Amino acid sequence: MIKVRDLHKSFDDLDVLKGVDAEFEKGKTNLIIGQSGSGKTVFLKCLLGLIIPDSGRIEYNGKSYKNFSKDEKREISKQMGMVFQGGALFDSMTVEENVKFPLKMLTKMSRQDMQNRVEEVLDRVNLVDTNHKLPSEISGGMQKRVSIARAIVNKPNFLFCDEPNSGLDPRTASVIDNLIQEITHENDITTVINTHDMNSVFEIGENIIYLEDGVKAWEGNKNNIYKTDNQKLTDFVYASNLFKKVRIAQKEGL
Amino acid sequence: MLSNYIKSIGQYFIMIYDTFKRMTKTSELRRLILQEIDDLIISSLGIVVFISFFIGAVIAIQTALNFSNPFVPKSLIGFAARQSIILEFAPTFVAIIMAGKVGSYITSSIGTMRVSEQIDALEVMGINSLNYLVFPKIVAMCLFPFVIAISMFVGIIGAYIASVYGGFLSSEAFLTGLQEDFVPFQVFYAFLKSFIFALILATVPSFHGYYMKGGSLEVGHAATTSFVWTSVIIIFMNYFITQLLLS
Repeated sequence: MIKVRDLHKSFDDLDVLKGVDAEFEKGKTNLIIGQSGSGKTVFLKCLLGLIIPDSGRIEYNGKSYKNFSKDEKREISKQMGMVFQGGALFDSMTVEENVKFPLKMLTKMSRQDMQNRVEEVLDRVNLVDTNHKLPSEISGGMQKRVSIARAIVNKPNFLFCDEPNSGLDPRTASVIDNLIQEITHENDITTVINTHDMNSVFEIGENIIYLEDGVKAWEGNKNNIYKTDNQKLTDFVYASNLFKKVRIAQKEGL
Repeated sequence: MLSNYIKSIGQYFIMIYDTFKRMTKTSELRRLILQEIDDLIISSLGIVVFISFFIGAVIAIQTALNFSNPFVPKSLIGFAARQSIILEFAPTFVAIIMAGKVGSYITSSIGTMRVSEQIDALEVMGINSLNYLVFPKIVAMCLFPFVIAISMFVGIIGAYIASVYGGFLSSEAFLTGLQEDFVPFQVFYAFLKSFIFALILATVPSFHGYYMKGGSLEVGHAATTSFVWTSVIIIFMNYFITQLLLS
């Protein structure tokens, strides 16, 4: 579980996060939504320790990150897996080498055990016959799956995803969403997903946080997002004509 | 403007300090170092040999053409070629060439990793990205003095061929000039400064790549800036070391 209290971050004169409070539960797909520039990515990077917040508190399993010793900080990093927006795969390494990389760098597993684990996670994300291909030789959807495989290969307790289905067609995006949700439930991990995609919100949004101009403006789940009277959130969620029609249909009881 | 420069200098030294913290796993580090030796040193040998040979030849021809006085011994061509090649051409000129070839490669490869979030991926995994990316380059560039030794040898061969086969002087006269007033300390000076240039060649382009901001266009911009700054620092350090050791 991750708890965030009164998180502030600014860059020069620009206040990006203005006291965000949030709780991300274990075994659930937690979504952060919001318009571009609302502070989602900065918030996610603060959770990952890539950006140091100006003030506030982030707790992992009840212990504040600030109070961690150096060893504990290193240990908590080993428990984190991250799926980057662009995949962030090492382009000079093959798919297999990319997935094996965290095991090689952070564990003392034997070669055979590493190979078995890599085969297992690649199989879990439904990637076959791609082991020896370079990231540039596979499709965007496959790159995302490799990125997920790399993020979960070390059996993390926390999985972070930054726009995991950006640039993908709706069907592949849905497959990726469901894959992340299944992995979250199977491994009982805390998953935090940063997304713009409303399909993701309605499909896998078990806990949704809406950020508006650096503050949390709404919190709920995929079922009660329909009933919200938060005007900015409804403007954001129902910006597309398709979702507008869905909402009208729901109101009319169709 | 000035505060930005001071900030960058401070950031550069912090980067070097951080590079030696939290070492990468030895087995992986060994692989990375061998890879960098191949990318930075071995792949540069062709261009270094080619340039050294012809520059050595040109130095000899230019010297021969400017010695029109019959009282000046012809062996001086060999002497002048040796001094120019060992003292300046091989260490400094080759370092500037390497700033273009190796420096822009380092900046663009690290810069591309920054843009595509690969550096963030390393950090999230708990790996010291500076140690993983920069340390192997520093170790590989420690072999730069060997490149300089090859450059000196090939440059002198070029000077010999151009002056002897070009009909400017005899082989004996060239070899006599080559051995005239030889000061071994000058070779030590050349290798010492090439070692310092090697550290500059590994770290300054890494700094420009690692701390770059923006997209692919900025990677190109960073590579150009890195070449300019690496060359400027090499030329300044060349003056400083020469003043310190030879004057």
